[in-house]
Amino acid sequence: MVVAAFTAFDGSPEHLIVRTVRVPRALVGMSVGACLGVAGAIMQALTRNPLASPGILGINAGAAFMVVGVIFLFGVGSLNVYIWFAFLGAGITAIVVYVLGSAGRRGMTPLKLTLAGAALTAFCSSLMQGILVLNEQTLDQIRFWLGGAVSGRDLGLFLQVLPYMVVGLVSAFLLGKQITTLSLGEEIAKGLGQSTGWVKGIAVTIVVLLAGSSVAIAGPISFVGLAVPHIARSLAGTDYRWVLPYAAILGAILLLVADLGARFIIYPSEIPVGVMTALIGAPFFIYLIRRGVRQL
Amino acid sequence: MNRWLVIRLRQPGLSFRLDLRAVAIIAILGLLTAGVMVINIGLGEYPISPPDVIRALLGTGDETQRFVVQTLRVPRTLVAFLVGGGLAVSGTILQGLARNPLAAPEIIGITAGANLAAVMVVVFITSISITILPFAAFAGAIAVAAVIYILAWKQGSTGSRLVLIGIGIGAIAHAVVTLALAEGDIYQVTKALTWMTGSVYGKTWEEFWLLLVWLAIFTPMAFLLSGQLNVLRLGDDVARGLGSRIEWERGLLLLTSVALTAGPVAVAGPIGYPFGFVGLMAPHIAVRLTGSAHSGTLAVAAMAGGLILVLSDLVGRVLFAPVEIPCGAIAAAVGAPYLIYLLYRSRNV
Repeated sequence: MVVAAFTAFDGSPEHLIVRTVRVPRALVGMSVGACLGVAGAIMQALTRNPLASPGILGINAGAAFMVVGVIFLFGVGSLNVYIWFAFLGAGITAIVVYVLGSAGRRGMTPLKLTLAGAALTAFCSSLMQGILVLNEQTLDQIRFWLGGAVSGRDLGLFLQVLPYMVVGLVSAFLLGKQITTLSLGEEIAKGLGQSTGWVKGIAVTIVVLLAGSSVAIAGPISFVGLAVPHIARSLAGTDYRWVLPYAAILGAILLLVADLGARFIIYPSEIPVGVMTALIGAPFFIYLIRRGVRQL
Repeated sequence: MNRWLVIRLRQPGLSFRLDLRAVAIIAILGLLTAGVMVINIGLGEYPISPPDVIRALLGTGDETQRFVVQTLRVPRTLVAFLVGGGLAVSGTILQGLARNPLAAPEIIGITAGANLAAVMVVVFITSISITILPFAAFAGAIAVAAVIYILAWKQGSTGSRLVLIGIGIGAIAHAVVTLALAEGDIYQVTKALTWMTGSVYGKTWEEFWLLLVWLAIFTPMAFLLSGQLNVLRLGDDVARGLGSRIEWERGLLLLTSVALTAGPVAVAGPIGYPFGFVGLMAPHIAVRLTGSAHSGTLAVAAMAGGLILVLSDLVGRVLFAPVEIPCGAIAAAVGAPYLIYLLYRSRNV
């Protein structure tokens, strides 16, 4: 039946549902998962910090806050406009967290980085809460989006975001070699003749592209970017030319599974997929901390 | 002027010393709080001038004004004060226990646990009175605190592991709350959502007395134990050498701290959920004001916390009047930059 909807489309309700509701949902879930997985892997390599991920370090929250702010100030625009503000928010938070987390004599520590992320997340979400209280219309439009959701997105919206995602993913895969070198540590990378400033700049841009476009289409989804890179590294070793594609595929799988859970755990009603990923990912976060967070 | 005033009683054999500077600071903070309260009470759709407010408080003056002030507005601002004070004392104890300036009930997930339990009760046990909420929140907070403590225990517990695991537990609690909200009956969910915003809107005398009794039990305990807190601050080995039964004292202090978070959260909702930062900010302000950590700090922190929340409530009401912003959101908007500042200051720790 599902296959027939594409090979022999007959316009029946079943076929329409498959083509317009379920397939876009699965596609959005897959691509968002892939983006978040790759973004997390790059961040963990870049910061040499096993706790780094778009959700923990506040990048998702920054992007979400920007989007809410724009909807509040200028009314509802097209997704094409949102996405640029999502990028802007993601970029600003990335820089602020990076600067705060690496200030001081001891350099970047997992605790400082995580706390900086938590602080920015709190700041953005409290401002967001304020806006939502002020403006019920905004709240109504984005309530479900805020929980992190991949449902109700039609293919048109998805196609608008797709170019950014593809550019981000492809350039991430191309940069795999340099990221592997960088993950050995900045000094070693420099010693091996890498211009670390450039690589870092490009890598951060990729993270912003990937995280920003995921947030624009699916809202802030946490913990995918945290857990996936660890699984990818345990399967593929330390070579990021392999880790990044693995992270993309595993991220897609994780998000599809989480979405399945979100649909059926309290069937017939649904929960936002972001809740599911948190329920799966947060225990993993705790496990990582218990195991000790020194090594990557 | 001598900073310490030592008071010795012959009958019963009791002596204690008062920090005169702390007393002065408390008096100043108290006056400020009272001033803000009077302004706060006067504002609203039915504005009342400050002299009229005071007249109404004293029971003279216009009958309408007396009703508006005494029945509608005073309990609200008093509840805000108690909530802030309770969270502040709780935060002071936690920071001392974890020996980490960033440990606060909001950050290490205790507020989230209290929130989770209370939301579960509101959503799934429909026929309850508000009086049971503090107990549910307390149970939730205790359970979460225990889980965090156990998970952070690995050949002893360290402050940073406690904080990081608390962040993880907080995320889980938050996810489960969202789950409960998605599944529950819509009428109950609305009730829970309103409660969750962390607001003192529409609080009554009943809630005020409930909270007051709760705090009246646990705040004195905090003050009695604050001496032990100073000993524990020196580190486990020194504390043991000084004759402190550290595990016992630590457990008791943790229990007190959790109780002091649970009560306010149960009455006013998790202030600025997930991070309200009153319990984080107030202790730092208190240490800055008194200069060192001792029992005087605890009292100053309580006053500062109360003032922060009363002020947040005022700002939330004035900023976009007639729309009200919950005081929790205001407190968090101020608190998050403060946390960032703290991070920057403690960058070399």
